[in-house]
Amino acid sequence: MANVTIIIDGVPHPVPGDITLAAALLNLGIAAFRRDLAGGARGPVCGMGTCFECRVIVDGVHNVRACLAPVRNGMTIGSAT
Amino acid sequence: MSPSRESIVDVLIVGAGPAGLSAAIAAAEQGKRVLVLDQGLRLGGQIWRHRNVAALPRAARRMIERIKSLGISVASGARVVDALSPGELVVDFRGRIDRQRTRALIIAAGAKERFLPFPGWTLPGVVGVGGLQALIKSGVSLGGARVVMSGTGPLLFPVAAAVAGAGADLVLVAEQASLGALLGFGMDLAAKPAAMLQAARYRWGFRKTAFRTGCWVSAAEGFGRVQRAVISGPGRSTTIACDWLATSAGLIPNTELAQVLGCTIVDGAIAVDAVQSTTVAGVWAAGECTGVKGDAAAIAEGEIAGRAAAGDLTSASGGALQRRRNAGRAFGRRLATSFALRTELLRLATDETILCRCEDVRRRDIDPGWSQRQAKLWTRIGMGECQGAVCGPACAALFGWEGNVARPPLGAPLVGEWCSGIADSSS
Repeated sequence: MANVTIIIDGVPHPVPGDITLAAALLNLGIAAFRRDLAGGARGPVCGMGTCFECRVIVDGVHNVRACLAPVRNGMTIGSAT
Repeated sequence: MSPSRESIVDVLIVGAGPAGLSAAIAAAEQGKRVLVLDQGLRLGGQIWRHRNVAALPRAARRMIERIKSLGISVASGARVVDALSPGELVVDFRGRIDRQRTRALIIAAGAKERFLPFPGWTLPGVVGVGGLQALIKSGVSLGGARVVMSGTGPLLFPVAAAVAGAGADLVLVAEQASLGALLGFGMDLAAKPAAMLQAARYRWGFRKTAFRTGCWVSAAEGFGRVQRAVISGPGRSTTIACDWLATSAGLIPNTELAQVLGCTIVDGAIAVDAVQSTTVAGVWAAGECTGVKGDAAAIAEGEIAGRAAAGDLTSASGGALQRRRNAGRAFGRRLATSFALRTELLRLATDETILCRCEDVRRRDIDPGWSQRQAKLWTRIGMGECQGAVCGPACAALFGWEGNVARPPLGAPLVGEWCSGIADSSS
């Protein structure tokens, strides 16, 4: 599968085109997808859309669950709280 | 196909796992117009989650092909956020909300993992057992990573094999049930050679890894992500370095949509009769959401529900189908007793441990004398993005609360979309 480019906090990264956003971020070594109220790091837990811990901001849309979202060329990702 | 308020289908099925696919095929074979809604990107649900159809078991491939050859409509990436009635659902379809009408509804929402809080469980890298499997299937590479698994029930084996097969250094697989309970379960399984063979295959898949019964994870430690897991058994504990800790306390039925519709829930599962009819007219349910018992039973239940919802009660009550259903239910009861949770798991959370991961509510914030409603009013426990999907079952086990009472909207849709979805276009 050909690579696509995703932009994480302004930085472009090539990733395989047939994986989820959660997989892409984890494979890039990103463990913290969001911060909790005390500033603690949080990352994916259930992997299937139930827990909402992997939520990120995609193209300005909040509450996107990275575990359900396929990567797309040019998608921009910011971390959520 | 996308859900639309302009159209009405004969049978609407929520969930595209074994039960949902089986129900869709059965209803379509009766000549009904069927639409399947599913959160996933591809058909198969969690158990048959895949990147490549070729990797699926033959039964799964056959069913997916049958869905296509029957011309059954599928909306992938669709989540039900409300039910206005059994005949009208509000659906979030990839961020756009619309309504979908139907003459009959079959809920095949599957199961989710139950998580019980322990110190450090919010650290990144602490994931579900099924969670890690789902992440692997969605493209996470584990090559060389040190993994510890701690959980319960038959799910541990296939996941352990998948983790080892993905090139991870799987250090330990811990089953909280005792060796005695496991042997009893094994004796039952001995009557099913195919299941025994499957279990042996999985064990071969992680043959280099220790499998221990009667122990469980009691804490996760690390800075910024999990670096160590503390594994405890009666009177002992060991700290093991790891990059991932996959842990859960078994599977529980997804009942939220059924609750919103007013269906009776018994022992955490949607109550159904012999033809999978719920207590609400026009609503059927099949598979793990009616009690966890495995994919074979889910396929039988789906077929029964599909026929019943299509109006063919005679074939839905047929002997062979009913025998498969009953065998599945008996297996489910055996699972529940063999892998009953030990009480130690309910005492792991300390005062500082977060219970509600969305609202950051800690154990010490909750007065044990409170009702669930009081706790919500004082702390917002269970009121965040996941709407209590994680802490609801945990607090039910910890405090004896009745469990999370699901209310619409299910999950957290965007407000603007939500309003446009429930607004009546004709007004």
